[in-house]
Order: sequence, then C-alpha cells, then structure tokens
Amino acid sequence: MKWEIDESRPIHAQLVEDMIRRIVAGEYRPGERIASVRDLAFEAKVNPNTMQKALAELESRGILITQRTSGRFVTEDHEKIVQLKQSLSQELLANFVADMRNLGYTKEAILGAVEQALKKSQI
Amino acid sequence: MIECANLGKFYNGVVALEGVNLTIGRGKIIGLLGENGSGKTTLIKLINGLLSPSTGSVAIDGKAPGVESKKIISYLPENAFLDSDMRVREAVGYYADFFADFDREKAGRVLREMEIDPKKKIKNLSKGMKEKLSLTLVISRNAGCYILDEPIAGVDPAARDRILDTILNNFNENATVLVSTHLIADIERILDEVVFIHHGKIVLHEDADALRTRRGKSIDAIFREDFR
Repeated sequence: MKWEIDESRPIHAQLVEDMIRRIVAGEYRPGERIASVRDLAFEAKVNPNTMQKALAELESRGILITQRTSGRFVTEDHEKIVQLKQSLSQELLANFVADMRNLGYTKEAILGAVEQALKKSQI
Repeated sequence: MIECANLGKFYNGVVALEGVNLTIGRGKIIGLLGENGSGKTTLIKLINGLLSPSTGSVAIDGKAPGVESKKIISYLPENAFLDSDMRVREAVGYYADFFADFDREKAGRVLREMEIDPKKKIKNLSKGMKEKLSLTLVISRNAGCYILDEPIAGVDPAARDRILDTILNNFNENATVLVSTHLIADIERILDEVVFIHHGKIVLHEDADALRTRRGKSIDAIFREDFR
C-alpha cells in the first residue's frame, strides 16, 4: 500500500490513520513486527521524527506494543482491532450517508443505491 | 546547536538581515523558507563564518564560527564549489583528505544510488548530476550539522526526489539539518520545523505539523498566502 499524504493536514495524524488502516486491513497482522522508524519514514518519505511521533501515539493507544530489545509489534488484542475496524467503518458510513442525503437521497433510495452498487461489484 | 542573537548584516547601509534571534536544536530537519533575496543565503553564510555579522552574534555549540565549527558543520553552498577539471573520483578523494569525518564507504554507496560515474569529469556532468555529486560529498561526512543552501533548485523533479531520499536516508539521527529553499511544496514533508524569512527578518519559527494544524493548510499554501 502506498502512503497517501495530504500536506494540508498534520502529517503525524495521517501516519497514525494510515497505520490503523493497514492493521485493520490485515496488511500488518496481530503480533507482527513492524519495520523500523527509519525504514517506515523512508517508505512514506517523511521525517523520521514525525514517524516516531506517530508510532508513539499508536503505542500510547495500545495499538502497537514495544518490546525493549526486539522492536515494535502490532497488538495481539483482537478485540481492539475489531473495535478499530468498527469505528473506521462507522466513520465511512456516516460520511457516505451525509453525502447521499446532501444529494437529496431518501433512506429507501440510499438502500437501493447501495444494493445496486454491491451487485455491480459482485460481492 | 545553532544560536543566533540579534544577528544582522548590512551591506553599505542596505539591510540584508536584521534582528535574527533563532535557536536550532539537535536531531531535527529545519526548513529555512523564503523567496530569492529574502536573506536565506546571508544567514547561512553568517552561520558558516563566511560573512561577519554587522550586529549581534552567532554560536555553534556555544562557539563563534571558525575552525572548530567547520569540523562540525557540513555545508552545501548555493553555487558550485568543485573544480570542474577534476574527475568525480578525485573530488571524493579531495573531500576525504580535507574532512576527518568523511565516510568513503558511504560516499561510494550514495554515488551508486545517484548513478554517478566516478570516472567522469565534473565539467561533463549535467547540472542535476553536479548537484547530486555536491550533495553526495556533503552528506557523506558524519557531521553534527548539515547546512544545505537550495539543494533542489534548478534540478528536475526526479532528481529532486532522489536528493530528498538521500537526505532522509543518510543524515544521522542526532544531526541537525538546516535546508534553505523557495521550493516549499517539494520539501515540506521532510521538515520538523519551519522558519519563514522575509525581507531579512525571521517572521515565523514553528513546528511544521503545529503550523498545519493552526492554519489548516499546507506550509506551501500558508507561505503563499502570507507573502505573495
């Protein structure tokens, strides 16, 4: 996955969001060791101090765990990951519903449109 | 690391820099951002001891610029500084002789990354290649502080990316990097702190993300809004 960064928002906050998306999407598995600050910073083309700040925030939220000698790992707390996934999807849904309402869609029309879209993507 | 107190420089009564109070800490990448003629190069030359202050003072690790500070600071000047009759390999040797902290192995690696042929004469390199070579030499010192004056001006976007990658990949974590540019959009992602300089005065010095949060815009957009 490529790191998408929008320079008009604080970069460390976007790195936090991006890491959470990666964990939720299973790109980083529970208990998996993540790359070093330096390598991640290089990958995202950001300052290592900014990446360090983002990882520290994920740590303080219990999403990443540091083991003194062996590096940083994704939490093995599945419930926590499920919660993250739920809150991400709720955010997406709330934005989607608000946007559709702004377009003038009713509840039924939104449901219909979602069903159509699901058919199209063949899920 | 670097401390400027009421630093100023006048040329025949014309103000180039005035009342600069600036403290730059260790382990950070700081962008010195201003348009051409705003005083960036004057400030950098004062820090490097190439100009003497008209007012105030500058100190590097508590000492005035001089022999000791040149051992600590690896400086990339704005304009070409290499003898164009030299070959790339000779330029590396010259740097290695001159600076005790020069890391030949690192220089060899970065040259390969930059795809610069060590056998080539410097005068036969393109402008972008010359910039890359200069940066390679400067970054291959294991210095406490790197001062880069317009490292990405006048090179194409691909070379810019390569240069930024090289800066990110090669500066050591305890080192300070002060990088001046007017090309803010290209560089803002790698900055910890930004310093805006305008008409010879420092008008802002702030953490990059704090500034984005405060103004809700990119550093580039904020700069344009404030000064153009």
